[in-house]
Amino acid sequence: MTANLATEVRPGRRRRATGSTSATQRSIYPTWFLLPAAVLYVVFFAVPTFASFYFSLTRWTLFDTEFIGLENYVQFFSEPQLSRGFVNTLIYGFVTSGAKVVLGLALAVLLTSQLVGRGYLRSVVFFPVLVSTIGVGITFKALLDPFDGVVNTMLAAFGIDGPGWFTDPNQALLTIAAVDIWKGLGIATLIYIAGIVAIPQEYYEAARVDGAGRWQQFRSITLPLVQPATATVIILSLIGGLRSFDLIWATTGGGPGFTSDVIGSVIYKQYQAGFYGLSTAGNVILFLVVTAVMVPISMLLNRKEVER
Amino acid sequence: MRRTGSWAVGITAILVSVVVFIVPFAFIFLTAAKDASDASRLQFSWPQEWTFVENLTEVLTTRDGIVVRAFVNSTILTVVSVVVMVILAAMVGYLVQRRRSRLNPVINFFVLAGLIVPPAVVPTIWVLQQTGLFKTMPGLILIEATFGLSFCILLFRAFVATIPRELDEAAIIDGAGPLRLFFAVILPLLRPVIITVVVVQAVAVFNDFTNPLYFLPGDENATVQLTLYNFQSQMVSQFNLLFMDILLITVPPLVMYIFFNRQIVAGMTSGAVKG
Amino acid sequence: MSRALRHRAAVAAVAVPLLVLAGCSSSGGDDAGPTEITFLTTQDAPNPETAEALVEAFEAENPDVSVSVEIRPGGTEGDNLVKTRLSTGEMADVFFYNSGSLLQALNPDSSLVDLSDQEWVGSLTEEFTPVVSTDNGLYGAPLGASFAGGVVYNKPLYEELGLTVPETWDEFMANNEKIAAEGDGVAPVIQTYGETWTSQLFVLGDFANVLAVDPEWADQYTAHQRSYAEEPALLGFQHHQEVAEAGFFNEDFPSATFPDGARMVAEGEGVHYPMLSSVIQTVLQNTPDAVDDLGFFALPAEDAEHTQATIWQPNALYIPQSTEGPELEAAKEFVAFANSEAGCDVQNEMLPPAGPYAGTCEVLDSAPPLLDDIQAYFDEGRTANALEFLSPVKGPNLEKVTVEVGSGIRSAEDAAAFYDKDVESQAKQLGLEGW
Repeated sequence: MTANLATEVRPGRRRRATGSTSATQRSIYPTWFLLPAAVLYVVFFAVPTFASFYFSLTRWTLFDTEFIGLENYVQFFSEPQLSRGFVNTLIYGFVTSGAKVVLGLALAVLLTSQLVGRGYLRSVVFFPVLVSTIGVGITFKALLDPFDGVVNTMLAAFGIDGPGWFTDPNQALLTIAAVDIWKGLGIATLIYIAGIVAIPQEYYEAARVDGAGRWQQFRSITLPLVQPATATVIILSLIGGLRSFDLIWATTGGGPGFTSDVIGSVIYKQYQAGFYGLSTAGNVILFLVVTAVMVPISMLLNRKEVER
Repeated sequence: MRRTGSWAVGITAILVSVVVFIVPFAFIFLTAAKDASDASRLQFSWPQEWTFVENLTEVLTTRDGIVVRAFVNSTILTVVSVVVMVILAAMVGYLVQRRRSRLNPVINFFVLAGLIVPPAVVPTIWVLQQTGLFKTMPGLILIEATFGLSFCILLFRAFVATIPRELDEAAIIDGAGPLRLFFAVILPLLRPVIITVVVVQAVAVFNDFTNPLYFLPGDENATVQLTLYNFQSQMVSQFNLLFMDILLITVPPLVMYIFFNRQIVAGMTSGAVKG
Repeated sequence: MSRALRHRAAVAAVAVPLLVLAGCSSSGGDDAGPTEITFLTTQDAPNPETAEALVEAFEAENPDVSVSVEIRPGGTEGDNLVKTRLSTGEMADVFFYNSGSLLQALNPDSSLVDLSDQEWVGSLTEEFTPVVSTDNGLYGAPLGASFAGGVVYNKPLYEELGLTVPETWDEFMANNEKIAAEGDGVAPVIQTYGETWTSQLFVLGDFANVLAVDPEWADQYTAHQRSYAEEPALLGFQHHQEVAEAGFFNEDFPSATFPDGARMVAEGEGVHYPMLSSVIQTVLQNTPDAVDDLGFFALPAEDAEHTQATIWQPNALYIPQSTEGPELEAAKEFVAFANSEAGCDVQNEMLPPAGPYAGTCEVLDSAPPLLDDIQAYFDEGRTANALEFLSPVKGPNLEKVTVEVGSGIRSAEDAAAFYDKDVESQAKQLGLEGW
């Protein structure tokens, strides 16, 4: 049954006509489906989050609080590393997200085709996702050690003077971004694989009958039909990248000096130093920044989805 | 021609993967096999002395086998919380995609907010204390399920779109209610996404350390990531044992992944046959 | 058993009525099985093995109590965990934590049990007592020994090159000069910025010298009347810059790790490692044969008369107010046990001290020679507590700026000014007066 129905579907949806009245919609798709998730979300996420917003207006030691109005916000904006952290955040977010989209899609196409060692490749690409961030940090700090790390030793064997990686103020951020891509690529690839698998095979067959080459098939079938996966990967990896600090923390700690600090790591440092009110204010600001970046992007992606 | 082309691509890919992915893995493995002094140098080298078995025994017996206990805890936590979040999120994602309603923009916003806003630790503890769930496994399960909801909803919403709406109508005409439609028709068709979500979220929950650290304290409740602290400190880090522990807690999820990966491939080939 | 009962009776005499009630009710119910208490500690000294050895010895003496050990992360993550659990009333029955200003941040008066009536209190050194006390009580019992911050150096290389321990900064630099010229590629000064916390020693380890020049400095600093941008405190930053500019560091200083530094100084790849004396614990694990080659001297001041060793007081055991009834009694016994003779044996055996103890315990004669060097400063009265025990003001970014100074990214003056600003935000968060 599935297959039969699926074959009838052509790309380019025209569902809007079939949805009919909202009354029948409500009976087929009952609102209470939202309820269990909503209860969890409100109790364990929304309530604590709103409570914490209040604390951003206080001096908070966890033991007692003192209302100080917007002072934390003023102080947060006077952080000396903030402007640099802001630029770094955008660079980090867009570089890692962009690379995960492009490389993830390329790998997914590769790993869904008939390929030697496909199972092995799928496993190794995913393996970094499984390793704890602490382990990844230590491992790459050791491998990329500019003095006796294996990477620079190899480069030296080819007569190349290897870069300083994490220890060079100009390269630290991009080095961490590269490790982030290494670590997160597996998830992007997995989502893309699911997206590609969901594309009915007969489109490709029809295209081959029409004499389309592999590149043409990719351009006119895979790329448009994998759009939901692309939207998901962009949203997830961009939000992840803009908020990210754990890998930065595990490798350079924002250094050398403050050169690889992002907003997330500035906030985390404040939190670690026990400035709970201040770091909560920072989180509110980070939330506003990320929302400002994400809402237009997500609306754009949603519109595209609806238009198809 | 296509055959030889794919061989060349495959072999190139394998060679690249060895450099990019196997070298770091080998580093972890080799460090896990060294003695403490050798490992403290953190070099990519053959162990001066193989102490793999000794390190393994030591990690497994540390603190009365905390690693093993942590394994059991993490497995329970991961399985239950992922099941809960997948079902709840699939229901939401399905509804939001299928029904156009004024609620949708609101839901979309909350889903995004759930991804963006970092959870607030102390207020969450208050909620857990009020509900009597603090320091209990069910409490932590609900927390993990909640924090994973947004990610899952986003993914499900995107992929429900690939299931033709005609199916719903056909099922309704056959006399199915909304529950049967969802559980018997839609969910099975979402299998590739479900597997994806399960894999990604299982890894996230399994590797989470902040939430267990704060919401389920106590060594009898330890989860795998927390065991790493037994081998790491400012003054005396035992890198050989730390990496052995990392290796130990990485391998089972890798096996799980390989298993689920087969499922995805199976889904692919069966789809191809049907097509 | 009888000992435990006697102890319990003594404790029951405390004037806090609630405790008396709890004490009575518990002594009646011996058949209710052992009292179970939890002990939260870190992987940092005392490591889990020490904690468990301590528990084992304690349980052998007190069969009616059973203690389970919990491990928490160290560093700032651990600070947060301790604060979170204390403030939500979910702390373990006994926990191990820093003394000094980190303890003050726990609001001890309202969150911890006053232990000033305990027997072991009499044995505490006068340097230690204030760092676990407030005006209203004494809250902690030392576990582990104190340690010193200064220069850990390689003794055989000193002999080989005919060097003597420097008393002034100029002598120290002259020694470095000679090592660079005649040392056959040996690094005069080891730095390990792969772990940024290690970069702070030029500044933090110089603090006893600052106090020698200006005894009021710490209090004035807390009141915002002194700063790092001015002498004498600025000297720490300037000395750091001076050594960096002279090129005295090991070549791989940007990425070397703390264990690397420990090994380098122990095996003679470098001569001076500005570090905490507790580095010998790392040496004992990784290069045990070399531990006798290590010596210690205080970071030299400009004038020999101002050169003093900066001392870090040991961390301590505390009992939260959420511990009550029989658990409280058992917790107090456990804390007392750590400073009993049997407890000291465990400490000495499991946790090699890196300086003198602050309570009843005594360093063994067989301890590494580095301890004699530290003890000499104590005997001469040339020690002072580190700043973190005298003032709550410490900015979170010190280790970042000292890495910048050592790497030549920022000048000493600029770094000191930056750090003063960093400190300002912290002082504001603490709500201190004058900021």
